[in-house]
Amino acid sequence: MTDADKPARPAQKKNLFAQLELDTRLLGMIGAFIILCIGFHLVTDGRFLTSRNIFNLTIQTVSVAIMATGMVFVIVTRNIDLSVGSLLATCSAVMAMTQTFITPEVFGLGLNHPATAPIAIVVGIATGVVIGAFQGYIIGYLGVPAFIVTLGGLLVWRNVAWYLTNGQTIGPLDRNFMQFGGINGTLGETWSWIIGIIAVLFAFYSFWRSRRSKIAHEFPVKPVWAEVVMAGITAIAILGFVAVLNNYDVPRRRLQQMFEARGEVMPDGFTQGYGLPISVLLLIAVAIVMTIVARRTRLGRYIFATGGNPDAAELSGINTRLLTVKIFAIMGGLCGLAALVASARLSFHSNDIGTLDELRVIAAAVIGGTALAGGVGTIYGAILGALIMQSLQSGMAMVGVDAPFQNIVVGAVLVIAVLIDTIYRMRTGAK
Amino acid sequence: MAIDRNGTPLVEMRDISIAFGGVKAVDHVTVDLYPGEVVGLLGHNGAGKSTLIKCLSGAYQQDSGDIYINGDKVSISNPRDARRYNIETIYQTLALADNLDAASNLFLGREIVGPTGLLDDNKMEAETRKVMHRLNPNFKNFNSPVSSYSGGQRQSVAIARAVHFNAKILIMDEPTAALGPHETQMVADLIQELKRQGLGIFLIDHDVHQVKKLCDRANVMKNGQLVGTANVEDVSADDLLGMIIAGKCPPGAIPGPGAIQE
Repeated sequence: MTDADKPARPAQKKNLFAQLELDTRLLGMIGAFIILCIGFHLVTDGRFLTSRNIFNLTIQTVSVAIMATGMVFVIVTRNIDLSVGSLLATCSAVMAMTQTFITPEVFGLGLNHPATAPIAIVVGIATGVVIGAFQGYIIGYLGVPAFIVTLGGLLVWRNVAWYLTNGQTIGPLDRNFMQFGGINGTLGETWSWIIGIIAVLFAFYSFWRSRRSKIAHEFPVKPVWAEVVMAGITAIAILGFVAVLNNYDVPRRRLQQMFEARGEVMPDGFTQGYGLPISVLLLIAVAIVMTIVARRTRLGRYIFATGGNPDAAELSGINTRLLTVKIFAIMGGLCGLAALVASARLSFHSNDIGTLDELRVIAAAVIGGTALAGGVGTIYGAILGALIMQSLQSGMAMVGVDAPFQNIVVGAVLVIAVLIDTIYRMRTGAK
Repeated sequence: MAIDRNGTPLVEMRDISIAFGGVKAVDHVTVDLYPGEVVGLLGHNGAGKSTLIKCLSGAYQQDSGDIYINGDKVSISNPRDARRYNIETIYQTLALADNLDAASNLFLGREIVGPTGLLDDNKMEAETRKVMHRLNPNFKNFNSPVSSYSGGQRQSVAIARAVHFNAKILIMDEPTAALGPHETQMVADLIQELKRQGLGIFLIDHDVHQVKKLCDRANVMKNGQLVGTANVEDVSADDLLGMIIAGKCPPGAIPGPGAIQE
């Protein structure tokens, strides 16, 4: 009897997932993440899953997650970039010098001028793109392996940053610039709800459009109930996230200062939540753009084709050398963006900013399911990977695990995650 | 089937040579191809037939010699150039990206984009379903990666990719090497169909019987040199074997520089 029941159950289960068209690997990762969070929550007597900690976790993850999305493209094409942490430092140094020296003194704009932050950001991202493209040129056109070029870059760009700043810490940074750092720049409750609702409506619209396009081409579509369930889950996830971030209240002292600055008196019992940090919004924007690039553009298609079979890509007329340059340029640009978030969060540029970030970024991409053999990887996976890494690290710090053990655990988790993924792929025959 | 060989050839590769580190892989070879004709290229492994044809498909560049398409001298320095002259190639290795699905492979390098510049995957899949239905009606799994396909299905994708884009000149490098009898017949039927449409086909093969069945003319190469060219009706399978193994040119064939002098 039990024997007869057994095979029916997995078949039914598979059917459910198939009908929802969900990625089982993604579900596995989300499952692992939830177990991790609940585990820490229990061990820390309920301090882990608080609005405050979730807020901090998200803003701590942003910088690495932004770079991890670019690392997906790099690893998918069978390359590696070990220079991202150092490149971040160079971009950060350039941005810090632009806003504390070049715009106020050379351009004579003074401190905290509205044009300062945009100029610094553009200069910083451009620096990343140029350096990334330069490394990509050496890899793609001159044929030096990416491992060597970026290992050299690891040393070179860290010390270029040092040389540029004479090793000094530069701060405080521009007031508008620091809005991108996380807690210094949040949207507040009302705007967070507005953004959340817009996101939900947009998600509904894209579900509907995708379904309509499939029907127009007479492809099979999933049942309506499955669409409704997926839309419901998406809406709950987005609005739940906004609710949690809105629930983290700005401390009373800070609110009082804000009212005093405006020359008003704070009413009794007044509270205000932080809401969505601008840096998290930036990460979401990067994630959406990178996902569209990966799935819906020629560039993305060529990246995955080249990763799957470089010879086939070349014979199909794809310029794989130029493609390499583009990929590393994108990676460099994202390092510039990550430098913006990282230095704004610290509120200054320091010499050791981004140290060891290359390892965190590669680990995030790999935990997120990007295969070093090439051809496979997702943007959302990499972001989830970064979130898992950060949760593990700050969870252990909250529990009071000794620093050496924290790193030992993180290192072991990386290897185990890849091992589980390898076993999963062998079992399912997926590549 | 009368093939008019009085006009301008579709392709003429004149006096082609290419060497790799002192080894002459192709040594002053001249071949031509007319519309509606299937020309075989025979020879042992390492005879230089694949190398010769890769000069036409843009994978290699010849050291000396010229290529003429419809009588015009052309320069083909990469696969993109070859595609511009409507030259399509089905490689022995099939050259598919294993991690992508059939539609992505079929349109690789020539994707359909919508008005926003984004890929129109649904349209590409619909086109792919149409093409594949004609070539291989049993083909079903459009959304799984090519790595999960059988040899015949992979071959169908590779052929579909070559014929879908109005190829004028088709290069097939051992198209039936990995196939069963049924699928081999499918390829043979397809070649006849393409011939009727006026394409010129270069067919690289080991198998003399296959060449006798599918081709109009055969060129035999040995040690990088052309042994000879023959109408397949004028020579026997044994004659062709003699050309491949001994480099002996039979009476019905036109000898090339690689033929042994008696």
